[in-house]
Parts: sequence; structure tokens; C-alpha cells
Amino acid sequence: MYIFEYLQYGFIQRALLCGSFIALLCSTLGVLLVLRRFSLIGDGLAHVTFGSVALGLFLRVYPLYVSLPVVMLSSLGILKLTQRARLYGDAAIGIVSSVGIAGGVLLASVAGGFNVDLFSYLFGNILAIGKEELYLSIALSIAVLAVIVLYFQEIFSMTFDEEFARVSGIATERLNTLLVLLTAITVVLSMNVVGIMLISALLILPAVTALQLARGFRTAMLISASAALASVVGGIFISLALNLPTGATIVLTNFVLFLFAFAIRNLRHRRLAS
Amino acid sequence: MPASIIEALNLSFRYNGIDVLQDVSFIAVKGDYIGLVGPNGSGKTTLIRILLGIAGPLSGRVRLFGQDLGDFSDWSRIGYLPQSFPSFNPYFPSTVEEIVSLGRLSGKRFPKHLDRSDHEAIDRALHLLNIDPIRNALIGELSGGQKQRVLIARAIVNNPDLLILDEPTAALDPEAREHFFTLLRRLNADRGTVIILVTHDVGSIGEYANKLMYVDRRIHFFGSFEDFCSSDRMTSLFGANSQHIICHRH
Repeated sequence: MYIFEYLQYGFIQRALLCGSFIALLCSTLGVLLVLRRFSLIGDGLAHVTFGSVALGLFLRVYPLYVSLPVVMLSSLGILKLTQRARLYGDAAIGIVSSVGIAGGVLLASVAGGFNVDLFSYLFGNILAIGKEELYLSIALSIAVLAVIVLYFQEIFSMTFDEEFARVSGIATERLNTLLVLLTAITVVLSMNVVGIMLISALLILPAVTALQLARGFRTAMLISASAALASVVGGIFISLALNLPTGATIVLTNFVLFLFAFAIRNLRHRRLAS
Repeated sequence: MPASIIEALNLSFRYNGIDVLQDVSFIAVKGDYIGLVGPNGSGKTTLIRILLGIAGPLSGRVRLFGQDLGDFSDWSRIGYLPQSFPSFNPYFPSTVEEIVSLGRLSGKRFPKHLDRSDHEAIDRALHLLNIDPIRNALIGELSGGQKQRVLIARAIVNNPDLLILDEPTAALDPEAREHFFTLLRRLNADRGTVIILVTHDVGSIGEYANKLMYVDRRIHFFGSFEDFCSSDRMTSLFGANSQHIICHRH
């Protein structure tokens, strides 16, 4: 089937639109998280998402509505643990992540009857996204991207040197809180695209691809966004053409782009050395 | 009497039950160029962090430019160079110019966007620190001394009225060091910029500063070099030989 024929189907249009917005979101936030050595927060919050989805299924409430507040609260928990309990970020993420997954397993075991539903959230199904989910994803994506654009300079300053940013009058604590909340929203929205198990790949891979090539902070954001968009759009079409799971194909397309960027960087270095 | 730029009143700070600073008070006025010295762990960096609001004191208060620190918002009047280069990712994708531009954000309102006057100020700072030719280089590609010059440019890009530098010359070669001290002297003499320079290099601080502050949990000495040189108490703290070297250089 040709690409144009695929585009006639509503479910593919929704998948492309939703996936593109989520890709933009993950890729811009991902650069900030990777540079702040906080990239595993995506993985940790994804595990919490698992618990919150189980809670939603248990309470018979649409999981997205349960996940958003629960994951946002958990992201604040990670931040507070890092700031107050003198823990490194990875340890704080580990605590919240394991509590989230343990809660999910417990609820799934007690309820006993929603294993199939939970499985679909673990691996995602971007082709099954409904109109309501699409509109919610687009609205939240635009809101999050607008915040990043408006606070771009402050976020850049804080990412490079938090102490200096404070002495520049930037409210770094408030900005940190904002960033983890945006990450929480992004993780919840991403679960439909690649599934809970693969969310962190959407945050990390485009960012590390960009860091291989970028020669400037703004350029890094742009390359990351382009790589994420290419892998989501490319991944959707490849998965349709070859009848492969879409989420996993998107992640592997991302990885191929990373390898490509890595090779270009090495070539560039070799050329400079010779 | 010149206007006070910094007023520190009875500052104390404790960390893990250990007193790091006790009852520290001093006033810095326009034109002061203060060499802040003291042994390792004496609380020099903590004092600076409290003055800038990065750390909160156990007791006491700070006034900057006549305003309580909590109410102070005119951060563009202050330039700051932290002690160590941020524990940053060596592959941080930022150019020299981008990093120097961060110094201009303190004078901006939300949403912070750089305009023509900002780019002119950035050009001036790059030129002053002789880093014009590497303005498009990535920060991770630079040597330690070049990185330090970039951060110094970021600290002075606003032409600050108060410049706080924590061990600024550690990574600089002798030529860059001399150039840097000349620049500071000019800022201090021409604009009356108050400079607080933390250093371990007590041997040469007398060449540059007009006041000396010796801190070891408390302020043991704060005054002119003339007073320092005639102080018997300082002779007992520094030893006659070191005191002689400092005073001779002055």
C-alpha cells in the first residue's frame, strides 16, 4: 500500500498527528533532562504510570485521568526527595519508580481481571488513539511547548549552571518544579505512543542523537525535534508496511538515527584529526 | 561617606552541626577592591554564597545596594564567577557566545529575549577577554584557561557595580592572569566597581586589592593593607615572612 493510501485512514491521521506532537514534546524536554543528568526520570515516571493505569482500571476510571495527577505528584516527590532527603536524583527516581510498579502489580493481582488492558498500556497502541485522546494530547503538548519557548533562556541558563542562574535572579526552584511537572505530563501522554516500557527511549534517544551533532543549544533542540519527528513518522509507516508493532518500530528507528549521528560525529572528528 | 554596596550583619552559618561562619559583619563601599583570604574550609565560599542569596544564613542579614537581600531584584548590577567550573557535561552543546549571553538575562523582563544592545554588550565582553576568535567554539572544546575566560566574560558582560569572583585565576596562564587583573583594576578605578576576590594567592593579592579580609569562621581582619601590615595580630596569624611578602607586593 502506498503512503497516500495509508493517509486516507482516520486512525493513521490521528496516529501521525498525535505522535508528531508527542515527539516534539519528548525531544525538547529530553535535551534538558539528558544535559541535567536526569534522563532516567522518564523511566521512573513511566513505572509510576504503570501503577496509576492499574489504579484507573481498578477504579474503572479512564486511566489517563488517573495517571496525570498521580504521575505529576510523583514527579514532585522525586524533586523533594532529591532536595530534602540528600539523595542523588537516581536514588530518588529509584524509590518512586519501585513504589509505582509495586503498587501496579499489587492492584493487578488484587483485581485479577485486567491483565489484557494493562498489557496494551505497557506496549502502547498509537494506531488505536481516539479523537478525545488526540485533542487532549495536542492541547497539552501545545501548552507544554509554549512554556518551554517562553522560558527558553531561563531553562538554558539553569541547565548550564544552576548557581549562576540563581544569581541572575532566575527562580530556579520554581523552574525545576515546572520542568518535572512538564516531564510528568509528557510521560503520561507518551504511553499511548510507545507504551510505558519504552517511554524513556522517546525522551533520551532524540536528545543523544542531537548531542552528537549540535553546535549550539538551540541547534541541539532543533536536531532533537527533527530526529524525533522523523522516527515517529518513519516508524509508523515502516510498522504498517512490514506489519510490525508500531511503538517498538518508532524506538528502533530512533536508535538507527542515533547510530547514524554517531557515525557522522566520528567521521567529522577523524577528518579534523587528519 | 560612599554609599554602602554590601552590608553583612552578624552572619552565622552552620553545616552538619559545625559552625562554618560566626557573627560575620562588614560593610563594602563603592570603590572597594577586597582580597578575601583564609585557609581551606574557613568559610570564604560560604560567605559569598550567603551574600548572593544562594545559601541562607542561620542568623544575621544581608543588604545589597541598600536593600534587604529578600527584596533585592536588580541582579544585573552583580557579576559572579563561581569557585569551580560547573560540573558540566563536556559535550554541553553551547557556544562561547551563547554562554556569555547568559550574563545578560539578569537585566531582562519576562519573556527574556536578547536584543541588539545585548549583542553589543556580548561583543564587548568577548573582545575584553580576548575570546572573540573562539566565539563559535563549543565550550567543551576549550582548554581550562579559555573556559575560565568565558565565565569571566559572562560575569562582566553587564558592567556590574559589584563583582564577586571565587578563585578566578586558578586556570589562567601568567599572561591571561595579568590581563585579567588589569581589567579588574580598570573596572574598579574607572567605574568604582566593588570587587570581592577570593584567593589563596596571598602572596600577590597586595598587588591588586586595596583592602584585605582574613576569614577563618570569623572575620579576623578587615581593613587596608597599611593596617594589615602594622597589625601584630596578623603577624602572629600569617607569620612575619608571609606578612612581609604581602605588604612588600602592595
